[in-house]
Amino acid sequence: MDFLSPEEWTAVALSLRVSFWATLVSLPFAIFVAALLARRDFWGKQLLNGIVHLPLILPPVVTGYLLLMTFGRRAPVGAWLYDTLGIVFAFRWTGAALAAGIMGFPLMVRAIRLALEAVDPKLEQAAGTLGASRPWVFVTVTLPLILPGIIAGAILGFAKAMGEFGATITFVSNIPGQTQTLPSAIYTFLQVPGGEASALRLVAVSVSIAMGALILSEVLARRAQKRVSGA
Amino acid sequence: MTLSVSVQHHFGGFTLDASFEAPAGVTALFGSSGSGKTTLVNAVSGLLRPDQARVEVGGRLLCDTEKGLCLPPHKRRVGYVFQEARLFPHLTVRQNLHYGRWFSKTRGSDAEESRLVEMLGIGALLDRRPGALSGGEKQRVAIGRALLSQPLMLLMDEPLAALDEARKAEILPYLERLRDDTDIPILYVSHSVAEVARLATTVVLLDKGKVLKTGPTEEVMSDPALAPAIGLREAGSVLSATVVTHHDDGLTELAAAGAKLFLPRIGGNPGDHVRVRIHANDVMLSLDPPGRVSALNTLPGTVTSIRTGGGPGAMVQMQAGDDQILARVTKRSAAALDLKPGTECYAIVKSVSVARADIGAGDQSMAKSDTTT
Repeated sequence: MDFLSPEEWTAVALSLRVSFWATLVSLPFAIFVAALLARRDFWGKQLLNGIVHLPLILPPVVTGYLLLMTFGRRAPVGAWLYDTLGIVFAFRWTGAALAAGIMGFPLMVRAIRLALEAVDPKLEQAAGTLGASRPWVFVTVTLPLILPGIIAGAILGFAKAMGEFGATITFVSNIPGQTQTLPSAIYTFLQVPGGEASALRLVAVSVSIAMGALILSEVLARRAQKRVSGA
Repeated sequence: MTLSVSVQHHFGGFTLDASFEAPAGVTALFGSSGSGKTTLVNAVSGLLRPDQARVEVGGRLLCDTEKGLCLPPHKRRVGYVFQEARLFPHLTVRQNLHYGRWFSKTRGSDAEESRLVEMLGIGALLDRRPGALSGGEKQRVAIGRALLSQPLMLLMDEPLAALDEARKAEILPYLERLRDDTDIPILYVSHSVAEVARLATTVVLLDKGKVLKTGPTEEVMSDPALAPAIGLREAGSVLSATVVTHHDDGLTELAAAGAKLFLPRIGGNPGDHVRVRIHANDVMLSLDPPGRVSALNTLPGTVTSIRTGGGPGAMVQMQAGDDQILARVTKRSAAALDLKPGTECYAIVKSVSVARADIGAGDQSMAKSDTTT
């Protein structure tokens, strides 16, 4: 593409890849945690709720540093993952995806939890009397009914991942082609003399992706909502 | 197939302790709100896990807390029709109807399905979504959905309560046909005497969590001791009658209670059976054969019991032919006429309503027919 230089293009592609995987992988966890928080009462529920929301409240730098302390090559979890599964997060794009996923997680959980709480349990009871076991009720009734919430949560998570800067740069640094996402690239271009033009182009890309995601989510959510409301 | 139920359950100061047997046909769980009807049905369906219970249908044990067995709802094969239709909004009517089929091992034939769809009159709705249906249509789809899951019994928890009179009249004929077409037990929760009188074969009368009486509808409804539980305004007898003939002046002659009853024309052919309901408040008693009165329907009989309570009223039961008739009079009149068991008297019936017509849909079965003048 002529509009962007290869360097800029790399940052954009990397950001899209990081955000896509961050959203896709964290979505099932977000649905699970949302279901736990919305439907179950258990010891430590408030604690779980607090931990899930932590990335929303903490300074992103703190989250990034905590990730580094946990998932770094010599950190307990990071070392274990490398030794047993060969997975490395530190200073890799996978680490950027992890940071982005964790930062977007509370937003996803909140949207999905709201949708879950709006589902009438009476419908699930009815499905039970028709022969559906709990897991099947969830798949055939609950999941379709919360689809608008899942879409909203996923788009929010994606948008957050696209814009994530503080935790990412702290955890995986700012390596072009490896961990230099769109916001990091904009930041870098602003630090070098004459980089304003590049920064501006990336800002334009960033704005269009964000707007595009928002419009897409509106359209999808509206379509799903129409289906769910039964009209 | 028979359903036998025995449930004990305590919660928040309320104790439910009820046992009954429901044969094939409609068994009405009848009682005022708070009598434990819905709790009982939920215990049968498995949606509620009672403290102690034994539920068995057609020899299949669904729950026996003594043996530590209590199947979850999805393994009980109950068809449950709720007060609100509870259709799945994201599925079409057809998909809603087929929902139970995804999970049942035995699959009904397509012929059976199309017969049911036709019986419920929902053929034109199959591709619509529930949001586009009227209340009555939704409830008919819900009934179809419950039946197509191949249930061993059908539970209906006030399926008509959320509907207006016109919608009720639209669904009742389908329920009657259903009762006559299926051989599975149908538990029908209701607090409406009219619905019970029309639909039920057997009545289980509940009061404050206990079974007051179980028996054939005619017997339970005509028991003066149960009138307070049924509601004094609603109390009345239910009689089986036979259409004798239609007269030219617009009246239909019925044979019931060992005598003739005249009603403004109803449907049906001579020989058809209908069930009529006579409110206790609509019956006057006379010791002499009434002479020049406008009432057409006078039934001779013998007083069998008199129940009085704290109020000024008395509930008199009399035997007329093979049937019992309830009359609500004042204590003062009962004393003035010296009514006691064995007294021969005449019931002057001010109005009779057809409670149940086995004549098929389309008649005005619920129309109350006044025959005073």
